[in-house]
Formats: sequence, structure tokens, C-alpha cells
Amino acid sequence: MYQATLKDYLRESRLFRARAITATLIILLLLLLLILHLAKLQIIDHAHFTTLSRDNRVKVEPLPPTRGLIYDRNGVVLAQNLPTHSLEITPERVKDLDWTLQELGKLISISDNDRKRFNRLKSHQRRFESIPIRVQLSDEEVARFAVNRHLFPGVDIQAKLLRDYPLKDVTAHILGYVGRINKRELQTIDNSSYSGTTHIGKNGIEKYYEETLHGKVGLQQVEINALGRVIRILESKPPEPGADLHLTLDSALQRVAIESFGEENGAAVAIDPQTGDILAMVSKPGFDPNLFVEGISSADYNALQNSEEKPLFNRAIRGQYPPGSTIKPFIGLGGLESGVITATRKNYCPGFFQLPNHSHKYRDWKKAGHGAVDIYDAIAQSCDVYYYDLAQQMGIDNLAEYLAPFGFGEKTGVDITGELGGLLPSREWKRRSKNQPWYPGETLITGIGQGYFLTTPLQLASATATLASGGSRLRPRIVKSIRRNGEPDPRDQPVSQQQQIARQSESHWDSIVEAMIQVTEGVRGTARLIRNEHYRIAGKTGTAQVFTIKQEEKYEEEKLEKKMRDHALFIAFAPADAPRIAVAVIVENGGHGGSVAAPIAKAIMDRYLLQDTR
Amino acid sequence: MAHYKPSGLPESNPTRAEGLLADLHLDLPLLTGLILLCGFGLLVLYSASGQDMAVMERQLIRLGVAFAVMVAVAQVPPATLRRWAPWLFTAGILMLIAVLVAGQVGKGAQRWLNLGLFRFQPSELVKLAVPMMIAWFLAEKSLPPRWNRLVIAGVMILVPVLLIARQPDLGTSLLVASAGIFVLFLAGLSWRFIGGMILTAIPVSWVLWEWGMRDYQRNRVLTFLNPERDPLGTGYHIIQSKIAIGSGGIYGKGWLNGTQSYLEFLPEGTTDFIFAVLSEEFGFIGILLLLALYLVIVLRGLYIAAQAQDTFSRLLGGAVTMVFFVYLFVNTGMVSGILPVVGVPLPLVSYGGTSLVTIMAGFGILMSIHTHRKLLPT
Repeated sequence: MYQATLKDYLRESRLFRARAITATLIILLLLLLLILHLAKLQIIDHAHFTTLSRDNRVKVEPLPPTRGLIYDRNGVVLAQNLPTHSLEITPERVKDLDWTLQELGKLISISDNDRKRFNRLKSHQRRFESIPIRVQLSDEEVARFAVNRHLFPGVDIQAKLLRDYPLKDVTAHILGYVGRINKRELQTIDNSSYSGTTHIGKNGIEKYYEETLHGKVGLQQVEINALGRVIRILESKPPEPGADLHLTLDSALQRVAIESFGEENGAAVAIDPQTGDILAMVSKPGFDPNLFVEGISSADYNALQNSEEKPLFNRAIRGQYPPGSTIKPFIGLGGLESGVITATRKNYCPGFFQLPNHSHKYRDWKKAGHGAVDIYDAIAQSCDVYYYDLAQQMGIDNLAEYLAPFGFGEKTGVDITGELGGLLPSREWKRRSKNQPWYPGETLITGIGQGYFLTTPLQLASATATLASGGSRLRPRIVKSIRRNGEPDPRDQPVSQQQQIARQSESHWDSIVEAMIQVTEGVRGTARLIRNEHYRIAGKTGTAQVFTIKQEEKYEEEKLEKKMRDHALFIAFAPADAPRIAVAVIVENGGHGGSVAAPIAKAIMDRYLLQDTR
Repeated sequence: MAHYKPSGLPESNPTRAEGLLADLHLDLPLLTGLILLCGFGLLVLYSASGQDMAVMERQLIRLGVAFAVMVAVAQVPPATLRRWAPWLFTAGILMLIAVLVAGQVGKGAQRWLNLGLFRFQPSELVKLAVPMMIAWFLAEKSLPPRWNRLVIAGVMILVPVLLIARQPDLGTSLLVASAGIFVLFLAGLSWRFIGGMILTAIPVSWVLWEWGMRDYQRNRVLTFLNPERDPLGTGYHIIQSKIAIGSGGIYGKGWLNGTQSYLEFLPEGTTDFIFAVLSEEFGFIGILLLLALYLVIVLRGLYIAAQAQDTFSRLLGGAVTMVFFVYLFVNTGMVSGILPVVGVPLPLVSYGGTSLVTIMAGFGILMSIHTHRKLLPT
């Protein structure tokens, strides 16, 4: 045993020595190579590099491109670049940062927020990059610092263009905003094309069209003196400015839409059914995107982030709500097209529905019932029992099959970053995601747009536009045309059709439109409030449950806290016979679709249809 | 710690020193090399920082702490280190995972673990824990290792390397990988295996290039391999540092007389690119002096490893020394433009650097190995 160990020991020791000698030889060889390489640089090419070093007063500097502008469909500027002066500090070149900040504060007012923003940006950026301590200096402040500049090495005034959103919260959710490039973004962007660029699109259109808006970086060779200050420009290749975007948005209409919400929160989307153009897209409440451009203070950010009203949340494309009764026209169409119902056949509504051999009562919103109703009454008065029965006869898979072509359950593909796709439930979906079987009762509540069913306001508007145009589903778009650098005129973006829904019979579609007209024109229509003599509206009200009430309890609006109240929905298009606008409105915790959401849709349609014909 | 000294036996090892150094378990040649190198480094830093006393002060404090750590580690006998190896390794891996998880919450600071009183970079611990672990593992059985143990050792290296690469910290993951691989190499990894690995790496990287990457990633790799492609980004540093080195010539421009660094053409002159400042001011002679100091340290380290009495100490000592050389070679190769740009400091010379303490702890291990040897009868 001892022998064997000793033998092993000696063998291992020899093996190690051989390896250590090999390692030494490799190390010596590598060192030799390194020394030869350095000798080449320092001895053979010495003269060459000395010349370069002596001439090394030439620096290459990037010239960042100016970001493209954004206009609405009528040429109103929505995003622009304003010249401003900011006071910036390069941490690497400042010896005593605390002293510098303190002394600067005596010259130019620096608030706590400025300090906080500076500290936050400092920890996110490279030490040799300059960081703003104050933005938007007044002319007087610029002058005051310029006189004292020699006292503050590493501090300088930067003249630059600051992104500005003149309409503030009106367009905040659509445009998004730009902000300083952070470390994570540095990992994925092409560093050289962004050298000199400090800002990047963070959200909305600014992010979606980042590449288009950004432009191409230019270069200049400058001669500098021994202190590193630029003496003259030797050569320059100018940057290519970013392209300008012209939106489909009508900013006046957008403002009207927001104002018509009053104190309420929610979302509204208006689409031109002929083109898929988004005319207005509201998410309320909004926020001021200008706060984000030079780095938002953490107090402001926390206030926005923690607000119960969620102002940063883009409800129009990310808010997922049950469609409620607004789904009824689409399901009704499915019922007609699949032959499960006919337009004139009546069905008796006693105020509740029961599945065979089940005691559970699925209630109608009208406790006394609607009596005998056909499809027109069922839509105009929003009869739930008619739809429980229809959904049960169609079955969930059939329902999903007829709803999917309208774009439910999938992203619309709009050109704004961050869209969500909603949820169109089906047997297959439930098995896959929850590993559970589908229950018959779930089919019933899907039939009135409750349960698992979720849609975004944009999806609802797009589906309504599809219904209005007789089944041609267009991809909603926000950018109408792009004017690239050097082009005199903006070039139109193509309209793209997602789907043409196959139609069994023209009359089925006409019946549904007629029923939707009854919603606003009929004596018992749920939105008869918005009936008017100028044009006819085809609409549908809806209510989405936020809070489930028990079987024998009664929903009493006044007794519920505001945030537990139902969401009010309304979809519509007009004029009903030749649709030019399709709208979806959701008012969070608004209660009834007919009384709260429909007037907002009406205000939007009035402005669009009546204002410009005058 | 008093060490065993049998009476009646003649002193068998002539290199074994006595007195204060021996009581502190320090090795004189290694210590001398380190002190001279750090002294030279401070001289260069004084110039590179623009004669900034605040920078010098901070660096002196860091060096003081690092030397103290070295002395402390030197007191720990190798047998104890060996017992600690699996625990240190496990702790290191857990902390790396903690950094990745917690790092996602606190954006931008994914390398650090905040322990309340001080911040700690687990990847530094792992730099030593990985070679300790592999050495411990391989020393269990006789060498050279069989292939199944090689596979296990390979996984032990790969896990921390991938965790660190995720942070992302390419420089450190490279150093950790090389530490592990050096242990395998010193343990007698067969040449056929080494050749085979190199031969498979070629088609694998080709497949990755053709199908595994997006355009921008390919661009990054190209710029990484040839920084001069990107004259506005990293290429700018390399071009400027080559000018600094080349214009230094044989004798240099003289201490405090470098123009490249004073005109701020070298943005990271005190940290990763300090070698360029040294080359500009001290010339080829200065470089030879610097490399000679490094060579003394490396050769002494390998000698200590070869003299060690057990397999664990040999493997660990050898690997620690070779990693030190990798620092040197990767940094100087990067600064002089023959290697890609990887953020590795010039060891013991670059300003700051959390790695200073780790490097000195490594030398503490070497000193412990050398001064805790048992005296064998001749």
C-alpha cells in the first residue's frame, strides 16, 4: 500500500513537473512574441508613431443626426426638437464632485430633483460621458456660467436639441417618449451609429419607429489645442437627419375625445374603416411625456407609477377588458351565418336561462325578462337570455371560429410598441393553458362577452371597423406616410389587409347592421340617448363586470365602491349606410354603456363627421 | 502558528528562511517581486492620473488591504484550504445565482452583492474557488484523471463561467475558465484530448457564426476581433494606445511627459490602458523592466508549485500563477492591439480593480504552500 502510494506520488510529481516546464516554455514563448510585437511598435515603427503622436491633435468626433419630427394628419407638430442649453458634468474630469456641485449651486439654482436625477444617471452611464445637472438654462444662467467657466474643469454648457411634445398628455400614449440611452439598451444597439446620440425611443411610436426617426450619424475631424479644446474643423461628413412621420391621427379629434371623458378614466379608439387609419386613440388619464426626456425625478416617477389610476398604462392597446355585450353583434352574425338562428325567429326571454338538468340560473340584466325577442330586439335591447341560448346552440368551438376572423384573441399588428392580444377562449385554449376541461356554463357567459374573454379597446375598434366595411379587416395603422431625408414629399405607407371574411349571405350582415341601428334609433334601444338627425349610428352598448355578485344578490351601483363598479362599453360606426368612422369606447367603472360610453362615442363622431363637412 | 521542527534532523531545505518572514509564512523572493512591481505601478499611476494625490491615496489604501489579505491567507495551511474548497465553491455558485436574481431588481449593478456593510463581488471569490475545487476534486484520485472525472470537472468549470458571462462580464468569465482549465492541464490532461478540443472548436464556431447569430451580433464579433473596424468606438482606444506605445520609442518620453494621456486621447489611462501610459513614458526599456518583474513572479510561482508536497497544492499553486500570467498577457495584448478588447486590468498596476485583493490572496496561497511544507528526511 505504502509502496503503491509512493510510486503514485513520484509519478504524479514527475507528471506535474513535465507540465510545469511545458507551461513555462509556453509562457516564455508568448512573452517573446509580445516583446517582438512591442519592439516592432516602439523601435521599427517608432518614427511613424512619433509623427502620428505629434499630429495627434486631430480628433474624430461623431455628429449625431437630428431626430425626425412627428406630425398629425393635418400637419400639426406632435414631436419636435427644441434648442436648449444644459449644464453638463463629465464625472471623470471632475476632481471633487461635491465641491463642484456646491459651488455650481451658488451660480445657478440646482434643485434636489436635479441632484437626484444627476446621481441616478451617473450610476447608469460611463464615466467619460457628460451628464446634465441642469437642463433648459435661461440665457442669463448661460452667461453667468460662461464667465466663471474656468473655475469648473469638467463642467460645460451643451447646446443641443431637446425632444419636446407640445400636446403633452394628449398624445403621450401614442407617441411614447425618448429618454437617455441606458446600459441595457447599449447592449443591443449598434454603438457606432449611436455615438453622439444620447436619447432613444422608449415607448410608443418613438420606439416602434426608432430606426426611421433616428437617422445616420456623421463624423467630423477637428483640430484641438493642448488643452483639448477645438480650434477648427478639418473635415466633416454631415449626419443624415431622421425621417419625419405623418400620422393618421387627427389631434383636434383626439383632444375632443379626451375632453368628452370629463372626469372619467378609460380608453377610446376611432378608426377609418376604409383604410384602417387610427383617427384618435385615447387612454385616460395621460401623463406629460416631457418629464421623461431629460430623466424623470424619482418623486415624479413614483407618483405616476404608484397612482391608482395608472396614468402610464396605455389602456387603448394594453388594457384587456371583457367585451361584455358589445360582442353580441359579432356572435349574432356567427349565429346567422352558421344557420343556428334566422333573423326573424323569436325566442322567449323569461329573465333567466337554465342549462338542462342544472339548477343554476343564468340571469338577464332585466329581471322581468324581455318577452319574445328576435335578433333585432336581442341586440337593440341587449337581451342576455337570447345569447345564452344562441351560445349554447353554437358551442364554444363554433363561437371561437366565427369570432377569430374579426381579430379577437390576436394582436392587431398596429405600429405602436407594446400592444397586447386579448384572449379569445376556446376548449383547446383552456386545455393548453389551464389543463382543465371546458364547462358548458362557460360557453354561456362567453356568449355575453364575460368570463375568460378579453379584448383591448383597439381590438374592439378594429373589429367594429371590420363589421362596418363588410368583412374587410385592415391592419390598424398610426403612421400614414414617411418623409425620408432628401425627399420633398412624404411617401404614403401601404394599407394592408389582414383578412377578408367570407360572407355566406349579404342579408345576414345587413340584419346585424340594422339591429345595431335599432340600438340608437329604436324606442327601446339601449343607446337611444345619442340618436340624432344628422346621421345614423349603428352601435352596441356593453357592460363588463369587475366584480362578481352572488347568485341571489342584486347589483346595486350606489352601494358599490367606484372601483368595483362595472366598466361601460360602447362600439359604433357611422354613418350607418356608408361608414366613415368606427369607434370603441370603454369607461372604467362607468356603469352603463348607453348613458356613459355612448355620449363619448357620439362626441367623437360629431366632431369627425360634422365639423369638416361644414 | 508555530511550525513543526523536528529536533535532531538536519535542515533539509536550504531555501527555507528563518526569522520574521518565516514566522509570517512569507516567501522573500515572491514578496520582493510583488513590492517592486507595485512600486513601479504607483509611479506610473501618479503620472497617468495627472498627479492626482486623491487617486494615489485610494490606491495605497487598496494595496495595503490587499497585502494584509495576502499575509492572512498565507497563515492558512494548504490542508485547510483543501478542506474548504468544496464549501467555498458551493458558496460562490450560490452567490453568483443570488447576484443574477437580485441584480435584475437593481438594474445595472448585477455584479455586486450588497451585504449591508460592504459590497461584495462573488465572481472574485469564484476566481479562486474554481481552481481550488478542481484541484480538490482531481487530487482525490490518482493522476492523470480518467475521462469521466474530466467531464465532471468540465461541468464544474462551465457552471460558474456561464453564470458570470450572464452578468455580463466577459473578462472575468474568461479568467475563471482559464483557472479551471489550467488545473486540468497541470493534472496531465492528455495532449490528444487538447488537440481534439481545438479541432472540434473550429466547426462549432463556424456553425454558430453561420446560423446562430444575428447581423448585429456578427458585427460585434468582428469589431471585437478587429477593433479598428469601429473608429468611433473601441477602435478609437486601440488606435490611440498604439500611438502612445509606438511614440514611446526605446527610452520613452520620460516620466510625466506622455502627451497621449495628458491630451486625454486615452480615456481609460489609469485603469485598463495604463500599460500604454507606461510604454509612452518609459519606452521599450521600461516595458522590459516591467515584464521582467512579472516574469520573476511567475517563475517563482511555478517553482513553488513544483516544490509542493501534495497534488492539491501543486495544481492550485500552478493554476494561480498561470492565471496571473493570463491577466498580464490579455491586458498587454489588448492594449498593444494584438488581442481583442476584453476588460482585464494590468495586474497590480491598474488603478482600482476589485481584482487586486483576489490576486494578492492568490499569492497568499502560494506563500502558504511554500512555507507549510513538512520536512522530509533526506
